[in-house]
Amino acid sequence: MKPFAYAHPGDVAEAVRDVAAEPNAVFLAGGTNLVDHLKLGIATPDLVVDVRTLTSREVTDLPDGGLRLGAASTNSEVAADRRVRERYPVLAQALLAGATGQLRNMATTGGNPLQRTRCVYFGDVTTPCNKREPGSGCSAVGGYTRYLAVLGVPAALPDPTAPETCIATHPSDMAVALAALDAQVQVLGPAGTRTIPFGELHRLVGDDPSTDTTLEHGELITSIDLPPLPAGTRSSYRKVRDRASYAYALVSVAAVVSGDDVRIALGGVAHKPWRATRAEELLRGRPLTDHAVRAAMDAELAGAQPQPGVGGGNGFKIPLAARTVVATLRELTSEATR
Amino acid sequence: MDAEISLRVDGESHRLTVDTRTTLLDALRERLGNTSPKKGCDHGQCGACTVLLDGQRSLICLALAVAHDGAEITTADGLAPAGELHPVQQAFLEQDAFQCGYCTPGQVCSAVGVLDEVARGWPSHVTEDLTGDVELSDAEVSERMSGNLCRCAAYENITPAVQQAGAR
Ligand SMILES: Cc1cc2nc3c(=O)[nH]c(=O)nc-3n(C[C@H](O)[C@H](O)[C@H](O)COP(=O)(O)OP(=O)(O)OC[C@H]3O[C@@H](n4cnc5c(N)ncnc54)[C@H](O)[C@@H]3O)c2cc1C
Ligand code: SF4
Ligand code: FES
Ligand code: FES
Repeated sequence: MKPFAYAHPGDVAEAVRDVAAEPNAVFLAGGTNLVDHLKLGIATPDLVVDVRTLTSREVTDLPDGGLRLGAASTNSEVAADRRVRERYPVLAQALLAGATGQLRNMATTGGNPLQRTRCVYFGDVTTPCNKREPGSGCSAVGGYTRYLAVLGVPAALPDPTAPETCIATHPSDMAVALAALDAQVQVLGPAGTRTIPFGELHRLVGDDPSTDTTLEHGELITSIDLPPLPAGTRSSYRKVRDRASYAYALVSVAAVVSGDDVRIALGGVAHKPWRATRAEELLRGRPLTDHAVRAAMDAELAGAQPQPGVGGGNGFKIPLAARTVVATLRELTSEATR
Repeated sequence: MDAEISLRVDGESHRLTVDTRTTLLDALRERLGNTSPKKGCDHGQCGACTVLLDGQRSLICLALAVAHDGAEITTADGLAPAGELHPVQQAFLEQDAFQCGYCTPGQVCSAVGVLDEVARGWPSHVTEDLTGDVELSDAEVSERMSGNLCRCAAYENITPAVQQAGAR
């Protein structure tokens, strides 16, 4: 591990100033992603600014009926919060489907969505990786693609030597639920505060695989707000993985149904949590029959690019994503009429 | 770069100077001579380093010591007064819930955490009703203990041990 200075400032404003003033500085929260990457030599900061005890650890009611999750609230505490369990089951389920009990006790609301978008090659410094080392190429193309993207990628076999190639997925479960809930990210930066709609927090690759989010250097998440949901809203999270417990998602689905409105987000399929806006539009105001949902998902996935690779690649994700959405919505709507 | 920190480990206070890169796991094992938490993977994947950190089961291979100045830590070694066994340790013995024993201190600390989380009504991924009561079924124990790997595969006896301790 490369040596680094450690700072534990007195408040969030000072923490933001510290990071903004040092180009190679990072924030530290629960450390479960950052410390791992420090050890692997992937993260090589000169300064680590600890914010875990500076941002709020509370879950509080908002005047509009929503909930505010302080950035330092842990994944365990949020999943166990009565209001989250009762009003936002999709979020409690997503959190409980992620990592393990010990990791959830450490991982935070601010840190979880900001864990790196990545693949196995990203974690191995001996391999080329555009995300870790811009311009070095992408080792994942045609390699171990089982966990990698099918949406938002330009081709079935993108050019592995091109500097803009990256087919990694964002691995967070929590972020998929937050995308479906239209959460609002409260940020404090060198230029003051701003609110980022959750769907705009993460980036697709575009021409820069090295950047996962739209946060500027020095911008700190202070809380994530859950907007209120109309009465009668149902929501749920379904994760498909290689083991029954303790594995990243191959495909996951967060669904929120309120009256005529359905919101669908997919995990494990793209560089960011993927809102299925095309399918949502096709389904708005229509009965959520298996047939209608399947047709809407086929339209959503029309541009998907199956990635060849060891063990048959990841083309299985395309029908799997469609079927998982059908199953999730079937369960939600049959509960509603039960 | 060095930093001075204080830790309370198994009821004893320590002041020590650590490099900022030192994890709590290395601080305990290498500096304080407490080898109860084990180093399995050193990357948060196996659970061998599980201790109770400020009361919650945590992986200290991913915790920087400087970031936990003033922390209160209980390792498997400090769960019960010298010469006595914690009910979870007693249940592990009675159920023969280990073979080589390398994962055991982490399993035991994790199980203590699980029982506390269940007592507080925390649901898990397999809890049918998110807002209902939790029973220590086989499925619940397996899910909650899934972050503790055992290369000897003593799982069949670990699950009843956790249930036995929970029933007391
Ligand atoms: C073995 C293992 C299995 C896992 N399995 C899963 C899984 O199945 N599903 C899943 O979703 N996750 C999984 N994870 C990932 C885990 O959920 C994340 O590591 C964790 O949520 C990160 O939160 P943290 O608070 O520890 O972040 P840290 O590691 O402290 O920080 C992560 C990043 O966010 C930045 N950051 C932190 N807080 C802020 C803030 N307030 N403002 C701005 N920037 C900030 C840091 O600079 C860093 O870049 C797994 C991790 C491990 C080690
Ligand atoms: S997919 Fe992205 S993260 Fe993985 S090797 Fe390619 S560039 Fe790196
Ligand atoms: S040594 Fe910490 S989890 Fe494996
Ligand atoms: S008893 Fe040997 S690793 Fe678990």
